[in-house]
Amino acid sequence: MPALKDVKNKIQGVKKTAQITKAMNMVASAKLRGAQEKMERFRPYSQKFAAAMSNLSGNIESGNLPLMEIRAVQSAEIVVVTSDRGLCGSFNANIISTAEKLMRQYEAEGKKVSFVCIGKKAHRYFRKTGKVRSSYSDIMGTFQMFNAREIAMDVAENFMVGGSDEVRIVYGKFYSVAIQRPEVEDLLPIKPLSPAEGAVKEAAKVSGAYTYEPEPGEIMEVLLPLYLNVQVYHVMLEVGASEHAARMTAMDNATNACKDIIHDLTQLYNKARQSAITSELMDIVGGAEALKG
Amino acid sequence: MAQIHLEVVTPSGPVVSDDVDIVTAPGYAGEFGVLANHAMFLSTIKTGTLTFKKDKQTRYLMVSGGFSEVSNNKITFLVESAEYGQDIDVDRAMRAKERAEKRLAQAIQKTEQINRTRAEAALQRALARLKTAEQARRQ
Repeated sequence: MPALKDVKNKIQGVKKTAQITKAMNMVASAKLRGAQEKMERFRPYSQKFAAAMSNLSGNIESGNLPLMEIRAVQSAEIVVVTSDRGLCGSFNANIISTAEKLMRQYEAEGKKVSFVCIGKKAHRYFRKTGKVRSSYSDIMGTFQMFNAREIAMDVAENFMVGGSDEVRIVYGKFYSVAIQRPEVEDLLPIKPLSPAEGAVKEAAKVSGAYTYEPEPGEIMEVLLPLYLNVQVYHVMLEVGASEHAARMTAMDNATNACKDIIHDLTQLYNKARQSAITSELMDIVGGAEALKG
Repeated sequence: MAQIHLEVVTPSGPVVSDDVDIVTAPGYAGEFGVLANHAMFLSTIKTGTLTFKKDKQTRYLMVSGGFSEVSNNKITFLVESAEYGQDIDVDRAMRAKERAEKRLAQAIQKTEQINRTRAEAALQRALARLKTAEQARRQ
């Protein structure tokens, strides 16, 4: 039997841990709500943007736009988006392992790989490979559009000077509070948007009537970098929401595990207490018997 | 007076959604004005001041980077940022202007094209902020 005091201390300790994990769960759920609101506010912008893009792409030849240029891939860039903080289960580990798999795949094909890391966890992991071209840490908590713009510009410039021929982004997509999965998407070159069935008809109907200022091709040249910003910002929003959702789940599990441990320890404590009382009683009874005799 | 529906949408949410009398905006080929029942039109937007008039009252908005679309008596602006003139923090814009000027001078000295473009864009935004705030105040 362990000493009573040790068990009691251990129970106290686990209780404190449970308090912390519970608080973290509540903080994460509050932050998740904030992140989801942020996504909600972004939706009208991204939807209208995509609509306008598909409207326009019917009117242009994509061949001579630098961000749409398709080249033979010799070097690929992987943008990895993770959270800055840990304690969110396997969320970051999943993203990182997906990115690593992608890297191996590229390298098996004999292509050069470079990384752009958004979020501290990605940076911490990939810096030892020596392939990180640039990283952005400590922005996941409070990022704004201009953060996304800075990153998008960095990636686009590297693409345009030939530093990379293809850019893909790996991030944790937010499906629901319970499900977040790593996802790989193409970033550059930007593929012509194929508009939805209804939109095609609509576009065909109205596109002749539009006055464009400047020419559609030139408008695209302005819009494409903005579109890249939209995509990067969108991914960051997804990761922001996923991170908090993953942390909520992880902390909830931790709190439950703490409760289980407390339950087991309490049983152990009671057993130890009982056996102590029993042996004390035995002593007293034994002593009384001895006096009688 | 016939009105046109104005919508200004930014990544952090819609800023304006209202029926107004007239809209003027900094387009690709210079300032343009839009009244009710305007023909279909699509233009990129430069950093500058967007004004709209409603009930004889003029409002000023600083906008940056995006485009606008007119169709079905509705004008939509999709811009990266939009701020009402009276909400602009003048001191902050002033500091941003000075910072951008300094960076621009450095970039020109070292002939760094990328940094130069960035500094120019930042300077333009700061100047547009100051101008919009000034216009809103004078009113």
